[in-house]
Amino acid sequence: MKVLVPVKRVVDYNVKVRVKSDHTGVDIANVKMSMNPFDEIAVEEATRLKEKGAAAEIVAVSCGVAQCQETLRTAMAIGADRGILVQTDAELQPLAVAKLLKALVDKEQPGLVILGKQAIDDDANQTGQMLAALLDWPQATNASKVEVQGDRVQVTREVDGGLETLSLALPAVVTTDLRLNEPRYVTLPNIMKAKKKPLETVAPDALGVDVAPRLKTLKVSEPPSRSAGVIVPDVATLVDKLKNEAKVV
Amino acid sequence: MSILVIAEHDNAQLGAATRNAVAAAVAIGSDVHVLVAGSGARAVADQAAQAASVSKVLLADGPALAEGLAENLAAQVLAVAGGYSHILFASTASGKNVAPRVAAKLDVAQISDIVAVESADTFVRPIYAGNALATVQSADATKVITVRATAFDPVAATGGSAAVETIDAVSDSGKSQFVGRELAKSDRPDLTAATVVVSGGRGLGSAENFKILDPLADKLGAALGASRAAVDAGYAPNDWQVGQTGKIVAPQLYVAVGISGAIQHLAGMKDSKVIVAINKDAEAPIFGVADYGLVADLFQAVPELVQAL
Repeated sequence: MKVLVPVKRVVDYNVKVRVKSDHTGVDIANVKMSMNPFDEIAVEEATRLKEKGAAAEIVAVSCGVAQCQETLRTAMAIGADRGILVQTDAELQPLAVAKLLKALVDKEQPGLVILGKQAIDDDANQTGQMLAALLDWPQATNASKVEVQGDRVQVTREVDGGLETLSLALPAVVTTDLRLNEPRYVTLPNIMKAKKKPLETVAPDALGVDVAPRLKTLKVSEPPSRSAGVIVPDVATLVDKLKNEAKVV
Repeated sequence: MSILVIAEHDNAQLGAATRNAVAAAVAIGSDVHVLVAGSGARAVADQAAQAASVSKVLLADGPALAEGLAENLAAQVLAVAGGYSHILFASTASGKNVAPRVAAKLDVAQISDIVAVESADTFVRPIYAGNALATVQSADATKVITVRATAFDPVAATGGSAAVETIDAVSDSGKSQFVGRELAKSDRPDLTAATVVVSGGRGLGSAENFKILDPLADKLGAALGASRAAVDAGYAPNDWQVGQTGKIVAPQLYVAVGISGAIQHLAGMKDSKVIVAINKDAEAPIFGVADYGLVADLFQAVPELVQAL
């Protein structure tokens, strides 16, 4: 079975972004970029499926600017066999990405697509579900356990209040949650090997997809800031403040 | 045009977040309908009909809808979508699961996790873990939206008298099967609806030590939460996670114990009315948002606090 793993290049998890003074967006010039953490979990899971013999080939896909090649190289250093970059400088919204991925799925015919539940930049949590809908495939979002069983995949999902287990007919789309696995450290020899793996570049036009954004961002602003309060010296003062000042207990 | 809100439920009770989503619908327009898609879910439809500002309830009742499978639920929404200008889901595990499927099938963008309604086509939503707010305008014919519950005060649970109309339920897609569900049984309030939340972080040190928070939560009638670091370390279950990729909470009182205050955590709780932080590191960023900070060893301060309350 072939596994397709879409990966997104995002502002690194540890960077606190700043809103641009003209309110057109956030400033990402000279900011560290990394693979979306949930996508890293997806690449790791695909790699484990391959190591267990449940997957034969892992194809990593990224949609975006030329620098997404670095993200694909990271995916290949973890364990992806090859990469495809759908290269464009245009703003890509989740529906457009889902359409690009559908076009690649039609071409590559994977048995499973596994990707992060959400990207930590736009926090949309849409692409996996949209792709499943466009393909008319079943989906299991927020996976904490994935087991391929013949022509089905059993997925345990993180839901409100606990866990839920579904069995999906393959082909299917799975999105990853935090506890699915802990991605391995990428070693130098694997980084070197990844540089030699095949990486193909295509344009959205060549896939016949119109990526024009559907949502127009009118402005991006700072959220109302919360200022620090007081440091209390002891528990007694804290209780007194909560009872008599804040009146919340 | 009318607005459709998809009910959140367990076939017996209408989920509280539905009424927050109805409140967002009211901010968009006046004719608000609620779709209850379930199995044996008549009681849920009756509860939805009593909610204020709801003018009609659609009840689709059938076995394919029993477990809220995304494929079937999306198909049910699509079966009635044609009559609506806006389709709203609560930003819950279920809403986030199903809404994008509906949007993609309608070939429209989805607007995730809105926190304000500017007009019928313009909405505000947080991005980058809430470090920025984007105001976005949709030109699509149908607006598919998920609603952040904490940003909208719920409409009243009673006072309405909407008619319940039964509609045909979809049949099973045959592509996914429900296997089982393990829900944590707890006498504590639901994390997202609690008026007080006590959360623990990596400072607790172990799953065993996390129990030190139980008496405090008991005393305050609080729900228990956790930082991502604590969940990552296995100290607390994932559904306790408060933050960018976990639950968003805005209680009257939030007590952060042994939590340093990473931006991803602050994203999930900074709209709380009163924030208390207990941490032995005086430099911890959590003190930057706390109304009351106590620099202390939590293993001494928490039992002391339980005594003093």
